[in-house]
Amino acid sequence: MAEKIIFYILGAIIAIFSIMAVTSKQIIRSATYLLFVLIATAGLYLLLGYNYLFAVQIAVYAGGVMVLFIFAISFTNRPGEKVHGEVPVRKLIAGTTAAAGVVFCGYIIYRNIRKVTVLVQQYNLSPQKLGETLMGTEKYQYLLPFELISILLLACIVGAVMIARKR
Amino acid sequence: MGDILTNFFTGTVPIEAYLGLSLIMFFCGVYGFLTRKNMLMILISVELMLNAADINFAVFNRYLYPGQLEGFYFSLFTIAIAACETAVAIAIIINIYRNLKSVEVDNLNQMKE
Repeated sequence: MAEKIIFYILGAIIAIFSIMAVTSKQIIRSATYLLFVLIATAGLYLLLGYNYLFAVQIAVYAGGVMVLFIFAISFTNRPGEKVHGEVPVRKLIAGTTAAAGVVFCGYIIYRNIRKVTVLVQQYNLSPQKLGETLMGTEKYQYLLPFELISILLLACIVGAVMIARKR
Repeated sequence: MGDILTNFFTGTVPIEAYLGLSLIMFFCGVYGFLTRKNMLMILISVELMLNAADINFAVFNRYLYPGQLEGFYFSLFTIAIAACETAVAIAIIINIYRNLKSVEVDNLNQMKE
């Protein structure tokens, strides 16, 4: 009961603010709406029982990525400046594409997914299991991708500094 | 009517509700990607799409394979990769702004001045 009501509230927040994020005229508002969407997504992870994913979503997305966005916006935009959109014809084409995609995928989900749904049993993901899975090299353990991510982060830092430095 | 309301609010959340939600988020991202001219707005749209994909991974894992963690870790690593991608993209955008004094895609018709 409570779970469903929370889901509907989060779903309404996500739907409304995603639409507002892509239609808002001012870019800083758009970034703020994106922040709301990301936080509501973190709430969905909490609802699913993935507490660690919730923490990562808040820290990395709602924290780090949003700071980068706001920094870049304040660096490149003059305050109060309006965003130029596409011409109405292209907006119509884009809207039709998006609506057609929603209808098509929604039909597929409606027809197929509900046939394979199984009942969810209560399931607790302990931090101990999480740590063992992340730090092991056996089957279904993920040390290698974890280390690859660290190399990717290093390459990304070096690349970003190389691209953005003054010549 | 009362039965419908009761069914609406009791029980667990069905999987297709989560999928429909991420569907809406994804196609909002597609719409923004196609209509926006500012590169930062395009990046915001891409973030929306990535976020929708993350939700799907977590939801499929939770509902269909509750004992395993593949989708969970895929979401986790996708979040890390999205952070990298955003950092590099913003570095590129700042570099473009420095060279062209604008971040509109219309002005981007040359690779090098």
